[in-house]
Amino acid sequence: MKLTDAERAMLDGREGKAKQKAMELLVRYAEALGAERFTIATNVAGVPGTYTPFLFNYYGATRENAYDLIYSLFDLDSDEVVEVPQVSVHSCHLQGGVDPEGWEILGAKPEALQASRDSERAAGSKGIEILKTCAPYLAGNEPARGEHCAWMESSAIVYCNSVLGARTNTEGRESTSAAMLTGRIPDWGLHREANRFASHRIHVEVEVESLMDWGMLGYFTGARVGERIPVLTGRYSRPDVIRHKHFGAAAASSGGVELYHLVGVTPEAATLEAALGPSPSAEVIAYGKAEQRRTYEDLNSRASDPNVDYVMIGCPHAALEQIEEVCRLLDGKRISSNCNLWVFTSRAVKAVADSRGLTQTIRSAGGAVLTDTCSAIGQALPPGTRVAALDSAKQTHYLPAIMGIQAWFGSTRDCIAAALTGRWNGVPP
Amino acid sequence: MTRKSLTLYGRKVVGGVAEGEALVTHDTISGWGGVNPMKGTIIETRHELHGQSFQGKVLVFPGAKGSSGWSGAFHLARLTGMAPKALVFNEMTTKIALGAVVMRVPAVTGFDRDPLSVIQTGDWVRVDGDRGTVEVLKSARPPGDEPADQPGDQPGDELRTATAHDVDLVEHPAGLAPDKA
Repeated sequence: MKLTDAERAMLDGREGKAKQKAMELLVRYAEALGAERFTIATNVAGVPGTYTPFLFNYYGATRENAYDLIYSLFDLDSDEVVEVPQVSVHSCHLQGGVDPEGWEILGAKPEALQASRDSERAAGSKGIEILKTCAPYLAGNEPARGEHCAWMESSAIVYCNSVLGARTNTEGRESTSAAMLTGRIPDWGLHREANRFASHRIHVEVEVESLMDWGMLGYFTGARVGERIPVLTGRYSRPDVIRHKHFGAAAASSGGVELYHLVGVTPEAATLEAALGPSPSAEVIAYGKAEQRRTYEDLNSRASDPNVDYVMIGCPHAALEQIEEVCRLLDGKRISSNCNLWVFTSRAVKAVADSRGLTQTIRSAGGAVLTDTCSAIGQALPPGTRVAALDSAKQTHYLPAIMGIQAWFGSTRDCIAAALTGRWNGVPP
Repeated sequence: MTRKSLTLYGRKVVGGVAEGEALVTHDTISGWGGVNPMKGTIIETRHELHGQSFQGKVLVFPGAKGSSGWSGAFHLARLTGMAPKALVFNEMTTKIALGAVVMRVPAVTGFDRDPLSVIQTGDWVRVDGDRGTVEVLKSARPPGDEPADQPGDQPGDELRTATAHDVDLVEHPAGLAPDKA
């Protein structure tokens, strides 16, 4: 690898032990990739230094040393413990496992809350922004077009690349924690212009308008293109932020989509030619009525019992408009006594929802607005949950596998109707 | 017993030497949410290997997909002693590169032949990360006859002498905590 003087200094330990360990990991990682150099990352999003009881006990941590210990041994994959310094670039903490206010609703133990608070305090003292959300772009961290980033969280990565036109690969916990200390990430993949052109074209032959439509299209797209870059053409109306969020999250779950182009919509796809780049030989995949229907059936193959006892909204974390919509759909009614409704969002968005009275509206209906986590990340369900209803293809993909429950997929309207009646009555596309 | 050996040539991802029984899938693997790092099993609902364990196996697969928690999940599997022994794969991604690095197991990619069409589940495989080679000692079982997944049912053959170089850095901590990651 070609290292700059500054990178060599970090690797040699002249910038301190922590940066040395971080560079060692990044060099191992870059060599595994076959990268020849690093790029300077100016915006890093990860989950630095967090721990579960398992990690805490595994490393024999104490409350005092846990953050540096786990940051060293797990995040930096170092064999020795180093003192973690201030981060050297703009860094934020993505989602966590415990809502510090609604932790009891989530069924979290006081020890888990304590661990989360300790780790948050330590992260804050290193200069890390505590956004605690999978959708940092809705909570104050929105990279600029062309900015080199090192982000985790597949739904945020695909948004960062596709909608914002910033550049990040799918980074992991270890690489983001190392990048926070060094400002470096391997110059590979999507950091390079030549790798950002579409290889597949999805031609949309059916109307794609609603949030559910976009979720299904994303789920179909990911399954068909895997890790590749799709460009979409055809019949879709210009998506808003929420539709982008659900499309990208779905495509990054059924497949590994990190970047997509929508002709005339996303920043690197002014035209189809611009999206395809110098070798415009993309495979064309049709998405028509039959494909849409099959995607819907596929997403709904994880449930058979129409009795719904849990409705979750907010994967990725809900935008303010989604919380407003939940309130509108609740329409002053109370949810079924057999059902729970949890809406997950970021602290930033919840603060606005609180001030607007939206959180109280949902609470009065028998639901809850929660932050920091979700049912999949926090592995938290209302007690006795057997069947969930979800408006997110991503959550539908993960939750049944992680928690061993059934899950229906449908529109936000279908989901809130299920919360009110306790019955699934989803309307197919 | 008739055994045939063949060698695939690729490039190093992570160095070191390890060998074991191959577990082959044509499906890409999701890390966080796709595997249970506490048990070393594939949990993705519709995966070809759903419910199967990769612990101590040489995992032969197309590549990684899904969550950015890929490296974290497999890193945790290393701590719980549930990680695969080596990785043999086709598609290089950041998820798999970082995952292989922190799992600290030999990993090879970029082969002259598709390992998915040459290696079958149950074959004894020796992965040399530094040389970028994968030696395949074909299982005595007839092709297409899926071997039962029985730990300990390993062919005792001459290749096992290399276990001294095995980079199995995993400790097996007693009393693992709950099924939460």
